[in-house]
Amino acid sequence: MHFLSSSIAVLLNGTWVTVELTVTSLFLGTAVAVFVALAEVYGNIWIKIAATAYERIIRSIPILVIMFIIFFGFPIVGIRFDPFVAAIISLGIRSSAYQSQIFRGSILAVSKGQILAAKSLGMNGRQTFLYITLPQALRFSIAPLTNEFTIVLKDTSIAYALGVTELLREGTYIVSTTYEPLLIYSLCAAIYFVITFGTNKFVSSMERRFSIPGYEIRGVERA
Amino acid sequence: MSHFLHVFIQGFPLLIGGLKFTLILASVSIVIGFIIGVFIAIERVYGRKISYGLSTAYVEIIRGTPLLVQLFILYFSLPQIGIHLSPLAAAIISFSLNSGAYQAEYIRGALQAVEKGQMRAALSLGMTKWQAVRMVILPQALRKVLPSWTNEFVYLIKYTSLAYLVGVPELTAQGEFFASRNFEFMNVFLSVALLYLIVIFIITWAFSAVEKRVRVPGI
Repeated sequence: MHFLSSSIAVLLNGTWVTVELTVTSLFLGTAVAVFVALAEVYGNIWIKIAATAYERIIRSIPILVIMFIIFFGFPIVGIRFDPFVAAIISLGIRSSAYQSQIFRGSILAVSKGQILAAKSLGMNGRQTFLYITLPQALRFSIAPLTNEFTIVLKDTSIAYALGVTELLREGTYIVSTTYEPLLIYSLCAAIYFVITFGTNKFVSSMERRFSIPGYEIRGVERA
Repeated sequence: MSHFLHVFIQGFPLLIGGLKFTLILASVSIVIGFIIGVFIAIERVYGRKISYGLSTAYVEIIRGTPLLVQLFILYFSLPQIGIHLSPLAAAIISFSLNSGAYQAEYIRGALQAVEKGQMRAALSLGMTKWQAVRMVILPQALRKVLPSWTNEFVYLIKYTSLAYLVGVPELTAQGEFFASRNFEFMNVFLSVALLYLIVIFIITWAFSAVEKRVRVPGI
């Protein structure tokens, strides 16, 4: 059983890559999603249509296919990404579509009365958004964003298909030399579980601490 | 654009063959997952301590780990203890188990959304708890769960693409196969994406039609 300790070291290396993938693609996703959400809520009709089409189309394509388009498709038009970057771009684009829905929902969840109240106090559109809508919308989006974090974390395992040496790929390398698939893959599963479960528990305890009573939106979402 | 159409038409028969597997995988798994989901959800809402604990653990573990890892455990690890599954069987089992956990959460939410008084009324009429759940609560809860069910089906269709990684010849696999012969990776995968897009649009539309039909006004 001495291979176990060395296996765990390798798996932790993979875990680090998994976390890097997750965090980078989430940030990329957020950066794009903010614009898509703003376009969907405040844009004129054409901008709205374009943003909605982007979000609908991306959400209908499996992440594996997005990865293949970016990784195998783009070299044909002369743009070559290494597997790690291709995985980040794919996960980021896909997450941007989902995050845009989160932000859109959060912006719309701020009640109309408050916007009218702000207007009647003489605030302009920008002020209303910055001082009234945004602070509340950000609070609304914490729970779904945590959800999105766990979704992206789990889906980084699909970067396996591009050859990124993340957790699952490192696990597979170990399996091919030790022939202990049950143990190693269960260890991988346990590592994913600890991260997702821990994050969920941590965030929901934070939420309870900082919640404004009567002010939460909750639903069952696919995480 | 005309070149894309050319590739799309050329690959169409092959891709449709793959799409058939995709749809089989998704629809079989969603049905088995539904059965699992109903039982798990009932245990989570009405179960005693042990069955509540077990069903909660099931849901948390499945939802906390990637589907691909679950698939790998079933396909690559079970032979170690003497169970050999075909790629298709492994994929269907792991997708069903996975979807079962998510569906359990949707159904649980719906069960809890049915008014408490109805359970009490059913019990006071002399129904057993199981009868009350089966005849009073579930029919209402399942209507409420339909929208999330559409979502779940769409998710499943997309995630069946992972079956490619254990060798099921579904849509993505056929795309990869086709592209590796003609090196038209961009056009082929765009065709694959287009097919997923069409299927998902049709399903979303069909389900919302069903939703409208089975809606009970006022509930």
